[in-house]
Amino acid sequence: MARNGTSLPSGLQRGREFLRRGSAFVWLSAAALALSLLMITGLVGFIAVKGLGFFWPRALVQATTPEGPLLGEISAREAALGEEPAKVQFRVANRDLYGQDFRWIKVAELGAQQRPADAVLVERLENGAFIGFVASVSENGRVLASGDAAFEEALGRLPEAQSLQGDIRTIEKDEVGTLNRRLEDLRLRRRGLAPADATALARLEAEEKALRVRYEALQTRLDGLRAKSAELQIILRTVDGQTKEIPLSAVVRLVAPNRTGILGKAGIYAARLWEFVSGDPRESNTEGGIFPAIFGTVLMVLIMSLMVVPLGVVTALFLREYARDGWLVRSVRVAVNNLAGVPSIVFGVFGLGFFVYTMGGAIDQAFFADRLPTPTYGTGGILWASLTLALLTVPVVVVATEEALSSVPRSLREASLALGATKWQTIWKVVLPGAAPGILTGLILAMARGAGEVAPLMLTGVVKLAPAMPLDGQFPYFHFDRKFMHLGFHIYDVGFQSPNSEAAKPMVYMTALLLLLVVVALNLFALRLRRRLRERLGGSTF
Amino acid sequence: MPNPGALMEPELSRAIPEPGPQAAEALRPRGLPLTDAAAITAQPMLQVRNLDLYYGDKQALHGVDLDVKEHTVMAFIGPSGCGKSTLLRALNRMNDLIDGVRVQGSVLLAGQDLYAPGVDVIGLRKRMGMVFQKSNPFPKSIYENVVYGLRIQGVRDRHALDEAVETSLKRAGLWDEVKDRLSESALGMSGGQQQRLCIARALAVKPEVLLMDEPCSALDPIATSRIEELIFELKKDYTIVIVTHNMQQAARASDYTAFFWLGKLIEVGLTEKVFTTPSERMTEDYITGRFG
Repeated sequence: MARNGTSLPSGLQRGREFLRRGSAFVWLSAAALALSLLMITGLVGFIAVKGLGFFWPRALVQATTPEGPLLGEISAREAALGEEPAKVQFRVANRDLYGQDFRWIKVAELGAQQRPADAVLVERLENGAFIGFVASVSENGRVLASGDAAFEEALGRLPEAQSLQGDIRTIEKDEVGTLNRRLEDLRLRRRGLAPADATALARLEAEEKALRVRYEALQTRLDGLRAKSAELQIILRTVDGQTKEIPLSAVVRLVAPNRTGILGKAGIYAARLWEFVSGDPRESNTEGGIFPAIFGTVLMVLIMSLMVVPLGVVTALFLREYARDGWLVRSVRVAVNNLAGVPSIVFGVFGLGFFVYTMGGAIDQAFFADRLPTPTYGTGGILWASLTLALLTVPVVVVATEEALSSVPRSLREASLALGATKWQTIWKVVLPGAAPGILTGLILAMARGAGEVAPLMLTGVVKLAPAMPLDGQFPYFHFDRKFMHLGFHIYDVGFQSPNSEAAKPMVYMTALLLLLVVVALNLFALRLRRRLRERLGGSTF
Repeated sequence: MPNPGALMEPELSRAIPEPGPQAAEALRPRGLPLTDAAAITAQPMLQVRNLDLYYGDKQALHGVDLDVKEHTVMAFIGPSGCGKSTLLRALNRMNDLIDGVRVQGSVLLAGQDLYAPGVDVIGLRKRMGMVFQKSNPFPKSIYENVVYGLRIQGVRDRHALDEAVETSLKRAGLWDEVKDRLSESALGMSGGQQQRLCIARALAVKPEVLLMDEPCSALDPIATSRIEELIFELKKDYTIVIVTHNMQQAARASDYTAFFWLGKLIEVGLTEKVFTTPSERMTEDYITGRFG
């Protein structure tokens, strides 16, 4: 409404006003933020949906096809496209019988579909899942139950069979492993012995003999357990009439999704999720859990942090506090910043050449000469991988620390110096505590970068499947020389190097999701630490 | 935020239109003698001799000669940029921290030249407490602030530290206010309390001289008067040099006043005399608010 004497601003004026106030830029920046958020939530959401949905037990659908009956989960659908008819992908499992887990069927060829209540999905230790029916359960060839009762019988007997299997695994992994290590130790001591030292040799031989006896006893115990676990057999029948007999102890989980309620399914979901997070991988990583990879990732990031923070902070301290500002310091600063732009694989090559071959080789020569030519530190390991990543991320920490140091108020330094403190005392007691939140910011950025890095690790110590963790109950508990598993590498390996990548697809999504969660968790921890430090510094903003 | 100093200066020009004995009397706290007789006869504690100071090529102090007597309060006054803070910082060699500072001449602390080669600067600073324009407590507890100087000297004895905290805080007139929250952060205190804490912190290392660089410029009038009372108390045991923009403060709190202009010492003498019968025309103009 135009008032007396004033006219409505013209469109041009209004446009000018819009530009003058900077509204255009506010809108632009808001839009850019919204787009970034959308992309991030979209990506995380996509990964989460694809990954988390995998553990939900899906219905088993039985259908007739020209090639005979078929039973499986419907895992994908494809709409008709030009000449190509509409198709449905069934996950039929039974890799050992069919040779493949998945089958594409044209929709037009699908006959009547039904969901048999007694259809089961059996997760096995080997050969992936079995989809079919439980025919019977037998003990030493004597049939315990068959038909409808067989499923219940198998379900009831499963915990017992699994605990037996657990015992076998414990013996194989821990006790036999310990014996093997001690035998290896003896062998090395024998090699280091002077040839003339007959008494020592005899003592070693006696010791070795005792170990061998214990080894035999263990083997007998294992054989007994194995035989016992083979007593209980479950006979499975596929939809097209083939049968398969496996020991019940080789069964991980029995699921009858067509007659399980929502609560039961939720229970199965939770159990599968827990297995994924806490279990060991099976079937060349396409099944089972990824706990070793989570553990390896976290441990590597922690070791990296322990290395990168002192290195970066000391560097920044010297650059900012002690070095006289001149062309040399400036060029060092430029060089450090440029280091952040070096491709990570180059760091990997450097790590391999310097840490693994040069330093590791020297360590082996000096301390583990008796084990040569088997390398101890002269091969990739978690220590070298962490050090390589520490080098990779040190520019981030240096830059953040320099910022933090320069933002500690001059007045605080002067207060300390005026009280008779030396420069070093001032730095140690006033400047560094004041800069701690900023240093932590650097650490957060470094952790995020380091946790997601894969390429340099492939050269310096990551493996597809590590036989033992870098931290365990064996003396000296920390094994810095050991190779380790890593979530980022796991994604690459399972997704692109696996013989059965179709079946492993959900694992890739889940692993990616977990890697994200691990990074978020590490960052949250550092953020909490930083907030507490800031509170202690009285909310001052430096 | 209003600067109390800036608010009070116009008042000053109203209070003393003409320099005269009544004016200086009016500025003094009631009942205090104009100048202690002892202050006149005291021995010099600090002697500045022909001091030149350069920031790079720029000369900031020109041939300053000055004596600060033991157990007296010396006020440095002068317009901004006149070199009074620079001189104060030259007294405990805080200027060393700034790149490109060059000093000629000498400063003697109880006869010992501070600028002689091989002087222990750290030991020297322990003998001279310093209080800054803006209170700068460390982001630590009140207790840790006070004992900071002792801790860096390596004092570990808990009893000695506790005692130092109590004495220093009592001397700074802060003990009753904070004795129940010594472990709380010093940053939670008011501005005036923080400044008194900084004084207590300086006192804890048992200095001989207390250098104060506009200690009240960021404080309200009540906090300012508390600090001034404190200065009056402290001069029994310490020699105090205070830089101030506030002429009333110089008149109230100091025994001697030195007036600087453009890096030169224009006039120095008993406060009473400088404020009542300045010998330099420029001093008079400045004190009466005609410039500066």
